[in-house]
Amino acid sequence: MSLFAFNRKLASFLLLFLGTQAAMAQTPPPATDEPELVEFDTAKTRSIAVPALVAPSPVDTPAGNSAALGRQIAEVISSNLRASGVFETQGPNGLRAIGLAEVTAPQFGYWKSRPVEQLVQGFVRVGGDGNLTVGCYLYDVGFGSETTRLGFNVPPRDWRRAAHKCADAIYSRLTGELPFFDSRIAYIAESGPKNKRIKRLAIMDSDGANHRFITNGQSTALTPRFSPNYKSILYLSYVDGNPRIYVYDIDAGRQRLITQSNGPTFAPRWSPDGQTILYSMAISGNTDVYKISASGNGTPVKLTSSPGIDVGGSFSPDGRQIVFESDRSGSQQIYVMNADGSNQRRISFGGGRYATPEWSPRGDLIAFTRIAGDFRVGTMRPDGSGERLLTNSWQDEAPTWAPNGRVIQFFRTAKGSGKTSIWQVDLTGSNERQLPTPVDGSDPAWGPVLP
Amino acid sequence: MTKKTIKMAALLLVSTALVAGCGKKKVETLPPAAEGTDYGQTPTDPNAMGAGQIMPGSQEDFLQQVGQFGDRILFETDRFNIDAEDQAILRRQAQWLAQYPGTRITVEGHADERGTRDYNLALGERRANSAKNFLVSIGVDASRIQTVSYGKERPSALGSDEQAWAQNRRAVTVTVR
Repeated sequence: MSLFAFNRKLASFLLLFLGTQAAMAQTPPPATDEPELVEFDTAKTRSIAVPALVAPSPVDTPAGNSAALGRQIAEVISSNLRASGVFETQGPNGLRAIGLAEVTAPQFGYWKSRPVEQLVQGFVRVGGDGNLTVGCYLYDVGFGSETTRLGFNVPPRDWRRAAHKCADAIYSRLTGELPFFDSRIAYIAESGPKNKRIKRLAIMDSDGANHRFITNGQSTALTPRFSPNYKSILYLSYVDGNPRIYVYDIDAGRQRLITQSNGPTFAPRWSPDGQTILYSMAISGNTDVYKISASGNGTPVKLTSSPGIDVGGSFSPDGRQIVFESDRSGSQQIYVMNADGSNQRRISFGGGRYATPEWSPRGDLIAFTRIAGDFRVGTMRPDGSGERLLTNSWQDEAPTWAPNGRVIQFFRTAKGSGKTSIWQVDLTGSNERQLPTPVDGSDPAWGPVLP
Repeated sequence: MTKKTIKMAALLLVSTALVAGCGKKKVETLPPAAEGTDYGQTPTDPNAMGAGQIMPGSQEDFLQQVGQFGDRILFETDRFNIDAEDQAILRRQAQWLAQYPGTRITVEGHADERGTRDYNLALGERRANSAKNFLVSIGVDASRIQTVSYGKERPSALGSDEQAWAQNRRAVTVTVR
């Protein structure tokens, strides 16, 4: 059964209300005109202890014993929070086991002496229907008070989602940012020699877990993009010998061309509502940006007409604008236009070439690849101001945004060998880390928070 | 070194590599033959090239007639123009095509690794079309020519240096059986 049995099981993924406290309210993001990054200041990282979740009267489940799951869930929460770059975490390894009574009555004195500022405790129960109930509590150790509590009811195989949801709630509560851990990545798994690379479409959780290959590598696959509802993936395949964009239906395991064409189609993107597909097509060597209905019935609409290469593109979160790349000035630069193709204007002026613009889901920033000698990933505001380079390596390329617009993934190519790997960095450029993938990885594309 | 010089150096390098490849001497910088779609770019077995063993009109015949590396033209960074050297190469290809009017070709456009993926796909397509347009302008029927872009996905030379990149910015003509 596919991992995306997820989608059909969502109905059973209930948010439970524990006790009398209301579920955490979504904290609104700060004003978007000034992308201030105070909360990402690494000097202000907060320390959190995450002891293993308690499993009262442990039982075996299809995903393992509930006591083991309690520890694994704590490990995922701890690892998620640490990887965000905002927190230092302790546990579950190295922390003492806690009892069930302690979950709702923490020993604040003990935790103060560790010392930690925040404490995450919880439990895992197995219900009569075989599903897990995961309770998750966040405490402020200094104040000696409960900050929030959440509960999730999940089939045992979805225990990681409960962990991601818990980590998301804690992250949001403590940073004021929107959640992002409970999301998935589509990317290209690479293997083989540099001149005969095998490139397979693959998907995984945002932390690299639950990995699955989708294509078998017989034909080269490139540049995937998850649909906003995670039901399908847009990607480029050479399956018929020519580069063409297909929509792959994950549950059905089938794909179709997005449009019949004589020329190559590439650089596919979804609109935020999933109704429109943006793509690039070359006719007689001249590449322009087009859009077409995702239903498969529409007629392509040509959005650009410069005699150069107009390619790629990414919708603003409100769907009204598109940022894309063009070499009409003589070199690759970033342009913004209205979604109907009007009012095209250049926004990148920092010197060198600029490529692969991606609009943040928050709307406040555009991520890009800057080519000036080496390839570096950076961000700028939609008007081109406030440029900030986040990475510094030989070839970092193709940023993709976390659903909350506060973390970026990209891929790094090694000089000489051509080996690729997927990396993650926060908006300060610190907390850079490699994602674990079974083979080399490129072209990451981060989906939204899971429905 | 100017870009032009680099391009000429790359051409010289591939010629040198070829001579070395046919003789006994090995050259350190010899680029390995690309595999996969570039199947026709270099003869894998020099002995198979002996007289009488090549079928007229075949890919092997094409390679022999256009001369080594006469199946490809090279480009400068981000460029797609056809210069005098390229024209000479394409004219030889057109002469061969005139002998075998039933043969069709695919022009494969490529870019070096120092570009972003989508842009390189567009650039490879542009280069393939430049070669196609020139062939058409000197009399090859457009319906005989297909183009395909591989962007930076199929390098011919494997290094990460100017010489390798110069060899990889190419449009390669391959006959279609």
